[in-house]
Amino acid sequence: MSEEQAAAHENASEHGEHHDHTKHYLKIYGALLVLAFISFLGPEVGPTIGEMLGQPGIGRAIVLFTAFGIALVKAYLVASEFMHLKMEKKYISYLMFTSLAFMLLFFSAVAPDVLNHQGAIHEIETAEGIITIPQWENIAAKAEIQRVLEQSGAAGNH
Amino acid sequence: MKPIATTRSATGIPTGRLAVWWVIVSEIVIFGGLLASYIMHRIGHPEWANYSIHTNIYAGAFNTWVLLTSSFFAVCAHNAVEMGNNKKAAKLLMVTTGFGLVFLVVKFFEWSHEIELGYTITANTFWSFYYTAAGIHGLHVIAGMILMIWIANDVRQNKEVQRVELIANYWHFVDLVWVFLFPLLYIAK
Amino acid sequence: MSAADHAHDAHHEPGWVSKYIFPLDHKIIGMQYLFTGMFMALIGGFLVYAFRMQLAFPGIEVPFYGKVTPGDYNSLITNHGTIMVFWVAMPVLIAAFGNFLIPLMIGCDDMVFPRINRLSYQIFFISAVIILASFFVEGGGFGGAWTAYPPLSAKAEYSLTPLGSSMWLVAVALEFVAFLLGGINFITTAMNSRAPGMKMFDVPIVVWMIVIASILFMASVGPLIAGAVMMFMDQVIGTTFYDPSAGGDPVLWQHLFWFFGHPEVYVVLLPAMGIVAEIIAVFARKKLFAYKTILYTTFATGILSFFVWAHHQFIAGIDPRMANVFTVTTLLISIPIAEMLFIYIASLWGGSITLSTPMLWALAFIAEFLIGGVTGIFLGASGADVYFHDTYFVIAHFHYTFFPIAFIAVFAGLTHWFPKMFGRLMNETAGKIHFWGTIIPFNFIFIPLFVLGSAGQHRRIYNYQHFPELATTELQNLRVLATMALVTLIVFQIVFLTNFFWSIFFGPKAGENPWKGTTLEWVTASPPPHGNFKEMPTVYRGPYEYGVPGRDDDYWPQHLPNES
Repeated sequence: MSEEQAAAHENASEHGEHHDHTKHYLKIYGALLVLAFISFLGPEVGPTIGEMLGQPGIGRAIVLFTAFGIALVKAYLVASEFMHLKMEKKYISYLMFTSLAFMLLFFSAVAPDVLNHQGAIHEIETAEGIITIPQWENIAAKAEIQRVLEQSGAAGNH
Repeated sequence: MKPIATTRSATGIPTGRLAVWWVIVSEIVIFGGLLASYIMHRIGHPEWANYSIHTNIYAGAFNTWVLLTSSFFAVCAHNAVEMGNNKKAAKLLMVTTGFGLVFLVVKFFEWSHEIELGYTITANTFWSFYYTAAGIHGLHVIAGMILMIWIANDVRQNKEVQRVELIANYWHFVDLVWVFLFPLLYIAK
Repeated sequence: MSAADHAHDAHHEPGWVSKYIFPLDHKIIGMQYLFTGMFMALIGGFLVYAFRMQLAFPGIEVPFYGKVTPGDYNSLITNHGTIMVFWVAMPVLIAAFGNFLIPLMIGCDDMVFPRINRLSYQIFFISAVIILASFFVEGGGFGGAWTAYPPLSAKAEYSLTPLGSSMWLVAVALEFVAFLLGGINFITTAMNSRAPGMKMFDVPIVVWMIVIASILFMASVGPLIAGAVMMFMDQVIGTTFYDPSAGGDPVLWQHLFWFFGHPEVYVVLLPAMGIVAEIIAVFARKKLFAYKTILYTTFATGILSFFVWAHHQFIAGIDPRMANVFTVTTLLISIPIAEMLFIYIASLWGGSITLSTPMLWALAFIAEFLIGGVTGIFLGASGADVYFHDTYFVIAHFHYTFFPIAFIAVFAGLTHWFPKMFGRLMNETAGKIHFWGTIIPFNFIFIPLFVLGSAGQHRRIYNYQHFPELATTELQNLRVLATMALVTLIVFQIVFLTNFFWSIFFGPKAGENPWKGTTLEWVTASPPPHGNFKEMPTVYRGPYEYGVPGRDDDYWPQHLPNES
């Protein structure tokens, strides 16, 4: 059949009647709700666990892990099941991944300049011996961080 | 009248759906750039924890539920079209739009409260990012709602029913952006 | 219902306003982009005339402009660059040629989304109005360079153009939106609406190039759109995205801009190379040497182009370990481009070459772009760039790439497809006079600039008499030479404009296929009717079947069935 007809028939399945997928979508929706709830609990529960173990770092790690790990899973479910990406031609998925990969590239190449507020540490020989200086320093940013931390420290936490 | 070009499909993917995927690619890099910039700043500025503590995680969580539910109804609308029930599909699209409205109303109250407390967009760069990111997302919600109402109107008259899937896909993407905004702005403080 | 019936749909013939002001037909929309781009080229040319006169003869009253103040100078150079890239190169190469050629060359009757197509032009038109209007507001047009680095661009107290800065930003943002919309059309149409029998590798190279360029644009402009929103807010409501004393970072803008800015040059290069490829095949009567290699090389270039951007920031204080990476990738990217030029030369080798006007332009593209490309190597090496950055060496390099892209390839394409667009032939003699009158002065403008750059002349200075080591007679003579050559070049464009517009109305009528090309646009009437083809074509072979043994003609059009 011609391309025109193929396109016009895209609604009706060539394999017979379309099955009602509502139950399936309901299951996915349920999973999404559970996941959302868990990620919401993260900040409530994580720090407590961290305290119990005496390592606040773990608390923070749990919060971030649940928050973003779950976000990734939710994203996967919405994309593959609701947007039917898993039934779409493979190259569409590759296209989505490629654009995400470019964002990762952007982040990794820009973070050394924007996330950091000083450059690579250089060792310089001077009359007094070897001193270490960063290659560049964002003194405005450092001053700003200092200023806010002092302010909040003086005012007590938050 | 549609050109012949619109009805052809050398790839096997209908032109409308193919176009929406490309729109999503361009939106991924817009939001990706914005969020990557936010993340870089957030990690580099630990003192922003003093500001971000004030975001309302309950409003954020509620809105997450609102958008997830709206996505559920959107995919059901698509399902209805596949089953041949266009009137039901139009209704479900309007329900989806309704949830979008709830999202915006919650945002309105959330932001009004924050602005009252002095957390305005110019208060500091954290709040600038907060309002900009959520704001651009909100604009996409509004655009989606407008398109959805227009398409629901057509579908009720059994016209252009293939567009239900297209607007649903766009809407799912808007939901996906929020799926990442929520942890960024409300959880990972 | 046959395809012919669809093409002859019984709708009433639209009135003049509907047809030419609010068209849905891709060919007319293409013409709208073309004429707007040509007009903006005149503006961009006028701007450079004014500031080059100031550089050659500091302090004079420039004829037709007046005195060029320092603020004027900044505004002139900023808008010259911005307009030439966004309102000349992109609309003509991508939107005009893309709109006109893609449906014709793939054998369908229009773009897949004609109304979105029309909307994209309307948004583009508004963006052009805004950028032009910015010259007339208080403070004048934006003067922070086309790269718009903050804090100069973000704070009115520094830029001194509170309105102009924001209008510039809005105009650029709207132009981006217009091209995102247009790109969706080009990509979807080329992917889906090909004629029956036209497989992926039967698509003409110029169509591939415009589509890949649209994809590159779409994938790279996103972060800059986000950045432009942030910049706009810094300018207008006082947010601090780029203010380090309040938690922001100006270097972020640089990265956001150049992450787009570098792929952008390939966005405009690819269509130009595509146009040259088509002309070489037609006027050498020879199959393009390595079609698939051109494609794969283009994919590689496209991907690599995302990995080179910080070579624009070598002395901005970026991490030198990153600079190493970007040097390597930048030098690497010269390889695929060089390969494509080699393939074009190989395509010419042994061909039966006619030195028609389009072919002259295509050959000039190869020669001049080559100079641009090799001088880029000096700049891509971060060590050398420490000296060359921000000197006129950079300006000369990018004009040796940009001028071939935005003008040489465009003249090639216009002289080549003029018969198809307007149904008449341009005058060959006038064409050749215009050609030599452009190419020779062009080189006399920019070779002096290489010399000046190597002598240390830095960019964006309105009067070099203030710098004793740069105010020598020799160097000033070079500046005068460049300016005189520029004036000559501008004068010779009158030849082109006269030829172009006169031929539209009075040129000798052209047939369907005056150049005996093989691709589908030559199958239909000149100009093509609404719906493009009386009968939608089917495709039986590749796009460059020239000199096929055993046939009477030296070309075998794509649409002829195999038995013929």
